[in-house]
Amino acid sequence: MKKYTYTEKKDTRSGFGAGLHEAGKKNDNVVALCADLVGSLKMDAFIKDFPERFTQVGIAEANMIGIAAGMTIGGKIPFTGTFANFSTGRVYDQIRQSVAYSNKNVKICASHAGLTLGEDGATHQILEDIGLMKMLPGMVVINPCDYNQTKAATMAIAEYEGPVYLRFGRPVIPVFTDPDQKFEIGKAWMVNEGTDVTIIATGHMVWKAIEAGEKLAELGIDAEIINIHTIKPLDDEAILKSVKKTGCVVTCEEHNKFGGLGESVARLLTTELPTPQEFVATNDTFGESGTPDQLMSKYGLDAVNIVEAVQKVMGRKK
Amino acid sequence: MKHTIKELEDIASQIRRDIVRMVHGCQSGHPGGSLGCADFFTALYFEVLNHKKDFSMDGIGEDLFFLSNGHISPVWYSTLAHAGYFDKSELATFRKLDSRLQGHPTTHEHLPGIRVASGSLGQGMSVAIGAALTKRLNNDNSYVFTLHGDGELQEGQNWEAAMFAPFHELDRLICSVDYNGQQIDGPTKKVLALDSLQAKFEAFGWHVINTDGNDMQSIVEGLHYAKTLTGKGKPILNLMSTQMGAGVDYMMGSHKWHGTAPNDEQLATALAQLPETLGDY
Repeated sequence: MKKYTYTEKKDTRSGFGAGLHEAGKKNDNVVALCADLVGSLKMDAFIKDFPERFTQVGIAEANMIGIAAGMTIGGKIPFTGTFANFSTGRVYDQIRQSVAYSNKNVKICASHAGLTLGEDGATHQILEDIGLMKMLPGMVVINPCDYNQTKAATMAIAEYEGPVYLRFGRPVIPVFTDPDQKFEIGKAWMVNEGTDVTIIATGHMVWKAIEAGEKLAELGIDAEIINIHTIKPLDDEAILKSVKKTGCVVTCEEHNKFGGLGESVARLLTTELPTPQEFVATNDTFGESGTPDQLMSKYGLDAVNIVEAVQKVMGRKK
Repeated sequence: MKHTIKELEDIASQIRRDIVRMVHGCQSGHPGGSLGCADFFTALYFEVLNHKKDFSMDGIGEDLFFLSNGHISPVWYSTLAHAGYFDKSELATFRKLDSRLQGHPTTHEHLPGIRVASGSLGQGMSVAIGAALTKRLNNDNSYVFTLHGDGELQEGQNWEAAMFAPFHELDRLICSVDYNGQQIDGPTKKVLALDSLQAKFEAFGWHVINTDGNDMQSIVEGLHYAKTLTGKGKPILNLMSTQMGAGVDYMMGSHKWHGTAPNDEQLATALAQLPETLGDY
């Protein structure tokens, strides 16, 4: 198992804030909008340097999505910022008609996704957003795994023409990816090469997959770990290549197993290479109040759950 | 004036003929609101709008128009064809398989003149605000026009947008409301009364003007006047009274022709009331 270490912990939303600031410095057409959550979305640096390119919309997310769609007409590249729940479910029809169907170059940037939002509880902890967004034709769906990857992803989507959903989170987590990485949309990152099982993880679950890989190594299991940061378009080639070698797969996501990354992987494998698969994901449930760690544990999203899923899926291998 | 009132009325008559023929041709679509807005579209595209013949999505240096109540697409398609955006023969494909003239307007099929999809109601004002913000950032002093149904104003997103535009002093935004008092399930007064739209928009900080949307003189003067109101920090709302089905006697003033196609006999009756002025498609 390749050794991963970290010297600091940071939130992925701060990676977004830093990436937005960099994208703004690089391209005058980058503009930002927010629905009364500037501090939570870490947009302060962008606003300080480019006040005229920032629009405070107030608590009116539907209007924000429509305005963003309109701002593309004339060449702007709008980044909208609010919590994941209010970025997706609340404004689904606005995204569907004014952004996706109209093929507008809008970047929907969503913080506080999943259970790790914590104490605010289920009203704010969306676990369905990946499913909602990946079903929209033409929508790119990205869920990066740490501060550095989120920063790189934010800069990369500014250079991509078309609608994008970028999902990130609230808690501080280890920073373990390369600060100078080049982010390629739709390209999987090989975290660790192995032979016994393929673990495919996205977002906050990537670090947990690394922790699980270390535990599995102690048990004599050689896990291949792949980071899928781009859920759509999915890196079919990387997944198929790995699964051909290992013969079984565990998918890990901070999202409902109905409609998430796991289902995308299952769809691919069912048609191309039927393979035993286990899902580490929430199971058709809403969240609740609690600390992020308590919630990840209660809802089965810890390293120990990945280890158990690996043992189960390896038992199903032919 | 680029045209006389009579010339504009003749264009509107041809657009009305196209509308009933298009809706009859596919036996679906929305003739009522389309007919009611034929004068507005004629005035806008042939007299008021500063637009370029070669369509570009970005519309730099030209006025933009967004149709929020997308179901009245027949009137827009006919107007765009006669204004030179595409050949009028294409009007025959309306709502048919593989057509660029979808039931509701879309950018998806790359029809020149359309800059955003509409159909699901209540989204057009927000999009227009975004386009106006970009024009401001680009130092582009062109105008942004919209049209909304009156029943459509029951959608809450309109009021988010209505609150935003005056706060940001978007005084080159000119929104018109097709105030015909009808919607699918009946008169707006019975479905969900709008009460005084003038008082509502003025309370939100808009400059409200009133026009007769089926009187060419009134609508042309109203839209020209609206353009002169810039510089005062207020977006402009053109409250435009219209008759659903205007120009076809048996369709006028009733919600029953909101989304119903005429049969062969009804088509003949309608066309007899609408002189062919520019040549049918």
